[in-house]
Amino acid sequence: MDISRKHTRKLDLFERDLVQGALKQSFVKLNPRIMIKNPVMFTVEMGTLVTLIVTLYSAFTGDKSQGSVIYNFIVFLILLVTVLFANFAEAIAEARGKAQAESLRKTREETPAKVILSDGKMITKSSAQLLKGDLFICAAGDVIPTDGEIIEGLATIDESAITGESAPVIREAGCDKSSVTGGTKVLSDEIKVVVTTQPGESFLDKMIALVEGASRQKTPNEIALTILLASFTLVFIIVCVTLKPFADYANTPITISSFISLFVCLIPTTIGGLLSAIGIAGMDRALRANVITKSGKAVETAGDLDTLLLDKTGTITIGNRKATNFYPALGIDSDMFLQACTLSSLADETPEGKSIVELANEQLNGKKLITVDQKGMEFIKFTAETRSSGVNLADGHRIRKGAFDSIKNIVTSAGNKLPDETEEQVKKIASNGGTPLVVCRNEQVWGVIELQDIIKPGISERFERLRKMGVKTVMVTGDNPLTAKYIADKAGVDDYIAEAKPEDKMNYIKAEQAQGKLVAMMGDGTNDAPALAQADVGVAMNSGTQAAKEAGNMVDLDNDPTKLIEIVEIGKQLLMTRGTLTTFSIANDVAKYFAIVPALFMASIPALQSLNIMKLSSPESAILSAIIFNAIIIPMLIPLALRGVAYRPIGASALLRRNLLIYGLGGIIVPFIGIKLIDMVITMFI
Amino acid sequence: MNTEIIGIIITYVVTVLLAIPLAMYIAKVFKGENTWSDFMRPIERIFFKLSGINPKEDMNWKQFLKALLTVNLVWFVIGFGLLFFQAYLPLNPDSNPNQSPDLAFNTIISFVVNCDLQHYSGETGLTYFTQLFVITFLMFTSAATGMAALIALFNGLKTKTTNSLGNFWDIFVKANTRILLPTATIVATILIFNGTPASYSGKDSIVTLQGDGVQVSRGPAAGMIAIKMLGTNGGGWFGANTAHPFENPNYLTNAAESISILLIPIALVFALGYYLNRKKFAYVIFGIMTLFFLTFVSINVHYETAGNPAIAKMGISEPTGSMEGKEVRIGPAASAYWSIATTSTSNGSVNAMHDSLTPISGGVAMLDMMINALYGGVGVGFLNFFIFIIIAVFISGLMVGRTPEFMGHKVEAREVKIAALIALLSPLLILAGTALASYLFMQYPNADWAVKPGSWLNNPGHHGFSEILYEYTSSNANNGSGFEGLGDNNIWWNVSTGFVLILGRFLPIIGPIAIVGLLANKKYIPESSGTLKTDSLTFGAMILAIIVIVTALSYFPALALGPIAEYFSIY
Repeated sequence: MDISRKHTRKLDLFERDLVQGALKQSFVKLNPRIMIKNPVMFTVEMGTLVTLIVTLYSAFTGDKSQGSVIYNFIVFLILLVTVLFANFAEAIAEARGKAQAESLRKTREETPAKVILSDGKMITKSSAQLLKGDLFICAAGDVIPTDGEIIEGLATIDESAITGESAPVIREAGCDKSSVTGGTKVLSDEIKVVVTTQPGESFLDKMIALVEGASRQKTPNEIALTILLASFTLVFIIVCVTLKPFADYANTPITISSFISLFVCLIPTTIGGLLSAIGIAGMDRALRANVITKSGKAVETAGDLDTLLLDKTGTITIGNRKATNFYPALGIDSDMFLQACTLSSLADETPEGKSIVELANEQLNGKKLITVDQKGMEFIKFTAETRSSGVNLADGHRIRKGAFDSIKNIVTSAGNKLPDETEEQVKKIASNGGTPLVVCRNEQVWGVIELQDIIKPGISERFERLRKMGVKTVMVTGDNPLTAKYIADKAGVDDYIAEAKPEDKMNYIKAEQAQGKLVAMMGDGTNDAPALAQADVGVAMNSGTQAAKEAGNMVDLDNDPTKLIEIVEIGKQLLMTRGTLTTFSIANDVAKYFAIVPALFMASIPALQSLNIMKLSSPESAILSAIIFNAIIIPMLIPLALRGVAYRPIGASALLRRNLLIYGLGGIIVPFIGIKLIDMVITMFI
Repeated sequence: MNTEIIGIIITYVVTVLLAIPLAMYIAKVFKGENTWSDFMRPIERIFFKLSGINPKEDMNWKQFLKALLTVNLVWFVIGFGLLFFQAYLPLNPDSNPNQSPDLAFNTIISFVVNCDLQHYSGETGLTYFTQLFVITFLMFTSAATGMAALIALFNGLKTKTTNSLGNFWDIFVKANTRILLPTATIVATILIFNGTPASYSGKDSIVTLQGDGVQVSRGPAAGMIAIKMLGTNGGGWFGANTAHPFENPNYLTNAAESISILLIPIALVFALGYYLNRKKFAYVIFGIMTLFFLTFVSINVHYETAGNPAIAKMGISEPTGSMEGKEVRIGPAASAYWSIATTSTSNGSVNAMHDSLTPISGGVAMLDMMINALYGGVGVGFLNFFIFIIIAVFISGLMVGRTPEFMGHKVEAREVKIAALIALLSPLLILAGTALASYLFMQYPNADWAVKPGSWLNNPGHHGFSEILYEYTSSNANNGSGFEGLGDNNIWWNVSTGFVLILGRFLPIIGPIAIVGLLANKKYIPESSGTLKTDSLTFGAMILAIIVIVTALSYFPALALGPIAEYFSIY
């Protein structure tokens, strides 16, 4: 399995029909009842309204004390556009999230379902009419109409519509891989499935609702940030309101629209306008990684994770063990031994068996020592009692391979001696993290095959990356402690749980949590459900049982155990994007003060001309430049808000330094340049 | 380099050198370790026994604040009564009258809250009895209250998860007996030997060289002046405060008093390091404070020693710098240094008249009080700084992609809400107060209660605006110094600044204590490499940026109309 994931569906940042829908939404969102949820932008909207009134007042009365009609009207327009830009940011994020979710949902709509009624009759219904608890049948070639759990049968299923993975998977009743997803296709066999969700309540439906404004709940960090931004806004209300009596004292008349301009520039409109877009985009990014989250909070929590519990098989090692070495016993010709190994595994369909044949053929390099008549062979299958398998050749020779003690049993009960060096070899292999298989021919030991877990290429770099993020990785495996330790060391995980039972995971999670750590795990089986529920972030595989999916707070459509790593980064990105844009927004104020404050007072206190360090051409152009900059910075940052600030695992202090330089220092410098440029352009027109 | 500059450098270096051992000692005292001052223990026990207090009882943040606020309320009521009836009480050799109700209100609040804004002159406004048992008493208790609040904050940060912030009474009493009393005794002794009076006799009369008879006020002043400096109080025995030759007889006492102003505030920053075992964090905080402090000192020393261009225009040479409102024995550099030391620490004593500072120096003094956390008042300085830390922690925590945490505790919506409200409070009180006063000044210049004929302000224009702005800034910062051009003993100033004083004192104590109480209650999170280190230079830069952009800049329009406009119009 490839560790780097492929993104199957990609949307352009500004797709045409998304933009059109979002534009419309930007106006719908002007409704004050919607706006009030965002206190920063709500105050801007109120300010816009006031400038509109001032504009109308000066237009109808001809009173010039509040500035010219044109000037007021331009200020009004710019402020209105500011609000619209902020609304657009939110709307485009919503639209993209919805489009992403819809594209998943479309695959399963209006699929005919063969429903079995309680009296045993079968009728065909539309998938939309399926209720929780209904039973349906899918045969080869059918598209599965909705999410459910197999209660009878086994089938190969093409899940590429959901996961993008073309290789078919096997889903079977009564095991941990019993879930089927709507929109996937049965390739072979027939299964009987029980519907597990009400229409409109599937995870995907929940996700779509989360992306849409209505049921989107703010996450804890988002709430805290909103409070902080609201209080900054209040500070600037105070600054601007009190400026009126100050100006009266100084005999400096200031127009209402100038007051409002100053206010709008100072309050953190950039982050205020982009805040909800960032949150939605976070969930959207999770969805694009094919992870369905049940709440925005889960994504945010993922960024804080301290400990990851990872299953060994499939995550750290490539699903199965592989043969890596052959050790013939004393006096046995190595080529003969290789051939015996091949023969014993010819009928072994397990990946281990195939890898033995593969490696032995490679080492034999085309040599064939004895010709064997395939026809007369009698293959002995592996059973739980014998714990060995093998072949009886046509010429009567018996070859067996199996675990050490089962072969030992065969050899000693035939009265033969087990060579000491074989026993030693077996121990050596085990202590190196491998699994020894002993091969005997005619009840005589011929040698040992070494099977090793193959650690996924690149996985230890990933763990290193996690370590730099401050996340501890824990390997969970059923192996004995010796093997587990070996693999843990080799893969570079920080800790391991050997001979793990489901309750061990649970206890480990609880112990970590007692120390104040946040723990994530991934699981698929019903017996994983309690631990998934206990973990702070529980990711259930889509192929897992319904119980597991209910217990976790995320569902991974790809069934990819390395997904946790990606989820952590998405969570971090979400928080970072908020933090950096807040910093940028606040840092912008420095330049805006220097643009507007001198502009307000220059006319009546010429001495304050010296504060006009940007040398803006006139008070009007200074104020207009500042609010235009303030408005256009929002759409310019939408791509960043949607894509997120890239996370680099370079340690918290280095990351802070980097982001402070880019977004803090940048936030101070950029508006000086921007406002000056806009002022130069405006001056050309005045 | 001229001797004046060398003088202030030595003063500062000695302050820091003395603060370090004092910090170790403070940390020991509050950790309950054995110290040389344990001989005070029997006395402390008597206090506890008499008042039926169990000093070992743990208090949660609510109980702690309840004790702190109640006892301050009691002092407020008693003190108000004493000031209101002082003429009838003993120890009044000069037969000074009772204070008016609004003046008594302002005075008692002012001293309860460690501000010492004085709308009276000590020579005529108080008696020896009220000087000692109201003013000097409150100078100890208000400083000890601040220190108790700070130690509570330390306690909350010290333990992984706890309900208890320690026992208010225990910390409060020890702050007096172990720290304030011993240090004040030393400073008072220095002052007495340099000529500060410590006599109970009434006014003395002398005949000047011109042959006029002059009445000279005196009193048991030395002890009061010592705690006035050490406890960041700043209210003078005499009206002219530390510019008065009895309060500050010579350059040596000036240096000793300058050191006393900064000594405990700096020591408490270091004590944080020793007490919590986070020395590096303390150094970072000290570094930020010092960076601001030294920058401000440099600016003021520069402008004060450079002289006043308005005077230069009149053709008068100023070889020693701008000497208007300054004492010759102290000089412009030491006066400029003092102007920053006193505004940094919410001390508020003055050895030169701030109304006469050059515009930028006056503006910097105001800015210093607007930030009010650069060393800051005893205890409360760091509480104010803590608010900046919380905001910085929150934003920078987000910037590194992790729910913000401070010393192992998550900073969430509730803490941010409190921090944001407290951060909001200073601009609200300062700007709204100034706005109201400007409005009244413009609309009702001849109100019945306004001082006539000067009506409100000593100066018109920008400087007059600075006078108003300074008064509210000083009140909110619990500083107590003034641009004394203001006719401030009237009902408007007494009452309005009185309310600013209370709010500006107790809300910034309640807020941080509540935050730390909430934080301490949360699960402790061990540090990992993803945790943001708060003891790094980068984080220091973040705090610095928060202070400059969030706090300082919100006063920019007001400062532009006051000192900045004045500066550009005379330079």
